[in-house]
Amino acid sequence: MSLEVSLRHRLGTFFLDAAFSVERRGITALFGASGAGKTTIINAIAGLLHPKTGRIVLDGEVVTDTASGVFVPARRRRTGYVFQNARLFSHLSVEKNLLFGWRRAARRLPKQDCEEILDLLGLAPLLARRPERLSGGEKGRVALGRALLASPRLLLLDEPLAALDAPRKAEILPYLERLRDRARIPMIYVTHATDEVSRLADDLIVIESGRVAAQGSVFDLLSDPQFGALVPSPGAVFPARIEKHREDGLTVLRFDGGALLVPRLHRPAGTRLRVRLRADEVMLARKAPEAISANNVLESEVITIPAGSDPHADIRLLCGQLKFVSRITRASIERLGLAPGQRVFAIIKSVTIDPQLGA
Amino acid sequence: MASSGADFSLLTAAETEALLLSLRVSAVAVAGALPLALAAALLLSHRGFPGRALLEGILHLPLALPPVVIGYLLLILLGPREPLGAWLIAHLGIQFAFSWTGAALASGLITLPLQYRAIRLSLQAQESGLAEAAATLGAGPFDRLLNITLPLALPGIVAGAVIAFAASIGEFGAIITFVSNIPGETRTLPLAIYTAIQQPGGEAEAARLSALSIGLALFGVMLAAIAERRLRMETEA
Repeated sequence: MSLEVSLRHRLGTFFLDAAFSVERRGITALFGASGAGKTTIINAIAGLLHPKTGRIVLDGEVVTDTASGVFVPARRRRTGYVFQNARLFSHLSVEKNLLFGWRRAARRLPKQDCEEILDLLGLAPLLARRPERLSGGEKGRVALGRALLASPRLLLLDEPLAALDAPRKAEILPYLERLRDRARIPMIYVTHATDEVSRLADDLIVIESGRVAAQGSVFDLLSDPQFGALVPSPGAVFPARIEKHREDGLTVLRFDGGALLVPRLHRPAGTRLRVRLRADEVMLARKAPEAISANNVLESEVITIPAGSDPHADIRLLCGQLKFVSRITRASIERLGLAPGQRVFAIIKSVTIDPQLGA
Repeated sequence: MASSGADFSLLTAAETEALLLSLRVSAVAVAGALPLALAAALLLSHRGFPGRALLEGILHLPLALPPVVIGYLLLILLGPREPLGAWLIAHLGIQFAFSWTGAALASGLITLPLQYRAIRLSLQAQESGLAEAAATLGAGPFDRLLNITLPLALPGIVAGAVIAFAASIGEFGAIITFVSNIPGETRTLPLAIYTAIQQPGGEAEAARLSALSIGLALFGVMLAAIAERRLRMETEA
């Protein structure tokens, strides 16, 4: 699957001028502040917005091209759309909501695949209910299922978690993770929440006032201090694998360039996971620390120390292939005499582990 | 006022005729105006519709004008000697003036704004973007209208039709002006009451027919309230 987008569009005083392409499956996050133009972009991809000028190519099919006057209507684009407020049809049962797109698909999804989706999203117990009898999280899951059953070639999600409180978010996030790892279709995920990006996204497109500020893999971009201003809590996100469970109750996580010891994970050896390492959870030492409580000390190389006047600085580090960030004070930098190229010891206070089944 | 029970239960043949005629006139009036009201509400709910304010004003005019004026306008437009009226009789065999169909036309016109407003409100109350959601799921414009917009507007359509029916039962000025007061043809309930009051000793008949009107109106307004409550419950959910 491939998606090429190039748009120029004016909405009031706001000007959108963005171009990017997406080549792979998994989740690509369109990340940026409210009003940066993210929703406008996915509305144009879905065919809900007619851009002033622009060209959108989906899987080799030109669906929007203002130069040649091509505009494929939304209903023929096969782009699934999960709206922020679910937009369920209140006069239909959950089952009829789910089947709305399935019935209208040119090639209907086989029954077995439908059941897999219902199972994946835990929808079977909700089928007979009316949308008004669903919780916020359940509505979100039904909206996801409804879009998927129409067998789209691309799934667009517009801040599906933004309207939910923390417990509801926690309820729906695992479903999104499973979807990312099992569904065979690519997803464009609009969000302004860093935790959603680092937990869910494979690729990241940063949108700043209508323009693409950066694009790359989440593993690269989140450890780039250049985006410290865009990303409220920079750090690193990287894939790892459970190597073994030790008898002292710790689990060894192997990553590209090293290993981490974490409290026992109740998953079999070989399981692939996503590890998040926040910049303020990483301390630095010039000499190998002795007699400390931390289990994880990564011998690393200082790559960059950003200039600036903030009391803190996000120092970019490299350990093997792993790029990560440590946030320490400028006073500490001076005291330690840190400079690019130096060997340092990064003391990891804690990490966050998310399941990553595929990828 | 409602006189004795024996009098009340026995309607004369003429009174029964007036009642049935009223029901027929109102049913035809509401059924005839409904497609117009629906089409207008759907068209005018689109923000970009040109001349929206003007059309909206024209649609509400029958509410503001005295019914006698509406009856008079219909008479000078569709009277048997007027060009349009004569043409309709000659070519389509339709005569509105002095016939019950004219009474239905006048009632339908006067109660059109009531139907239009109810449908319009129910369209406005719909969660925005449901039609867009249906489009991303493969539904074309007609499909969306039939399976999303109209079913969601149904409580409003029903409420509008019921209240228009109740209002139509009471229409007097436009009917008597346009189609006169012909027993069995255009003498609906209000006209029968008026006639009874004009005659010496007709008070009992007037009272019976008034009680009947009150009953009909109450029934209609209650039905409309129930339909509206359902609408509100659905939009709040």
